[in-house]
This record gives sequence, structure tokens and C-alpha cells, in this order.
Amino acid sequence: MAIDTTPAPPTEAPSDELDLVARAKAGDGAAFSVLINRYEGKIFRLAMNITQNREDAEDVLQEAFFKAYEHLGQFQGNSKFYTWIVRIAVNQALMKLRKRKSDRTISLDEQIDTGEDMVVREVAAWDPDPEERYSRDEMNGILTEAIDGLLPIYRTVFTLRDVDGLSTEETAEALELTVPAVKSRLLRARLQLRDKLTRFFKRKGDDAFAYM
Amino acid sequence: MLTCKQFLSELSDYLDEKTSAELHSKLQRHITECPNCWVICDTTKKTIQVYKGMESCKIPEDVHSRLMAAVERKIAACKKPQ
Repeated sequence: MAIDTTPAPPTEAPSDELDLVARAKAGDGAAFSVLINRYEGKIFRLAMNITQNREDAEDVLQEAFFKAYEHLGQFQGNSKFYTWIVRIAVNQALMKLRKRKSDRTISLDEQIDTGEDMVVREVAAWDPDPEERYSRDEMNGILTEAIDGLLPIYRTVFTLRDVDGLSTEETAEALELTVPAVKSRLLRARLQLRDKLTRFFKRKGDDAFAYM
Repeated sequence: MLTCKQFLSELSDYLDEKTSAELHSKLQRHITECPNCWVICDTTKKTIQVYKGMESCKIPEDVHSRLMAAVERKIAACKKPQ
């Protein structure tokens, strides 16, 4: 499979979403289940990204959907349901972390490193088609391991923005960060992942700085 | 001409096509003249693309079942007259 480099289309919520939310607000449990089925995987991954603990992530997942159900009346439909529930889930996940380390206030940004994380270590061109070198499972393993090696804030911003396809503004809204903060974390996440993946995907025989 | 550091700091916006036309052409000129930044730009673009093609995350079956059961109980409790 060749890498498609066309820009992603702007993100849009599925057209039935407002209708599902309206029905869920009116007490239709089946409509709420459809919303759960649509987003539970992403919310669980997000909770794992932040808490790094399966049990905590499962609690966060359940609490996020409970809270969403209780507060459906407050969802205005100005943003996507996904952005709204991400915000709830992030708050629940941070509360979990605070409980774990009860003496500190924790934010997603707490471990941020502003110096070394912009360093580019590996400069080598990739195979034109790196995905052909690995099986689907191996490829997923490589991508997951690389992303798991990022700090939670970078992992979370990258996942929402580049994997889930939220806009920069939506990511900022979901994580309660400013747009410049999202942009700077996204850049660092992308560069760090690029560095990690280059070790696997660089063209055979190429060494760092081969182009100098 | 832009320095490599300036190029890197604008790389995300360049890839997302969010720069002004003027900055865009400066950045473009930089990568035609700097092979290292060209490689960094190209491989960062490919990094974003391989993650876009990543398999959607499947929730473990047991986690899904417990969530659905818990939400069902929650909805039933909310519906009960107080």
C-alpha cells in the first residue's frame, strides 16, 4: 500500500449524531448505546494514554459515559459529541491520576520538556513503501510502541489531532489547552514519532546525514 | 533564507497547509535548498500518513460488555421515579 499524502478532508460529525443525542436526551437508551459503540474504543484508548493503567482506564471509560448521560441536557450541539465526551473523559482521567498521587495537582503538561524534545536525531529517507516490509500486525506493533514512548500530553494531542482527525481548535477545546499549546505539542509529537519510525523505515543502506 | 530551526518550527503548519502564501513559499524554497530539511519534511508527512491508516482501536470485548451492563443499570436507575 503506497502512502497517501493528500491532505485529510475537514472533520465532520456523522450526520445522524444530533438526532441520536436528541433521542438519548429524551430517554432513548438504544440511541445512547449507538453513541457508545461509536466512541468507546477511542475513549478507552484516550484513557489508557493518560492513565497508563487498564483498570483506571476502564473506570474512566464508564465514568465518562455516565457523566455524559447525566449531563446530556448541557450538550448544545455547537461542538461534536466526540469533542464533548473527550473533554469529560480527560477530566475523569486527570482526577484518577490526582487520586493516585494525592498530594499534587496534576495536569497533562506536568512532565513537559521544552528543550531536548525538538531534537532531530535521525535524518534518512524512508523506503518509498515501508509498509510492504512488515506484516499488518508488525506494522501496528511498531506504530503502537512508538506512540507509547511519547509523554502522555504529546501522545494525547497527536492521537486526537492526527489519528482521530480532530482539528487543532477541537483538540484545544477537548484538552482545555490554547491553540498555540496544541500546535507546539503536536509538532514535538510528530518529530519524535518521525525519529522513532525512521529507525524502522529508513531506506536500506542509508545512514544518518546521507544527504549532506 | 530561513534557518533550519525556523523551518522546523513552522513544519506542522506547512504540512497542514496553514501558513500564509508568503511563508509557504519561503518554506518551500528552504527545502529545495536544504536536503536534510527536505528529508525531515517528507518523513514527517509520511509519519502522519501511516498513523492515519492505523487500524481503528478495538475495545477489549470484556471491557465493552462491562461498560454496556453498567450503562444499562445507570439508565434504568435514572428512569426510576424518585
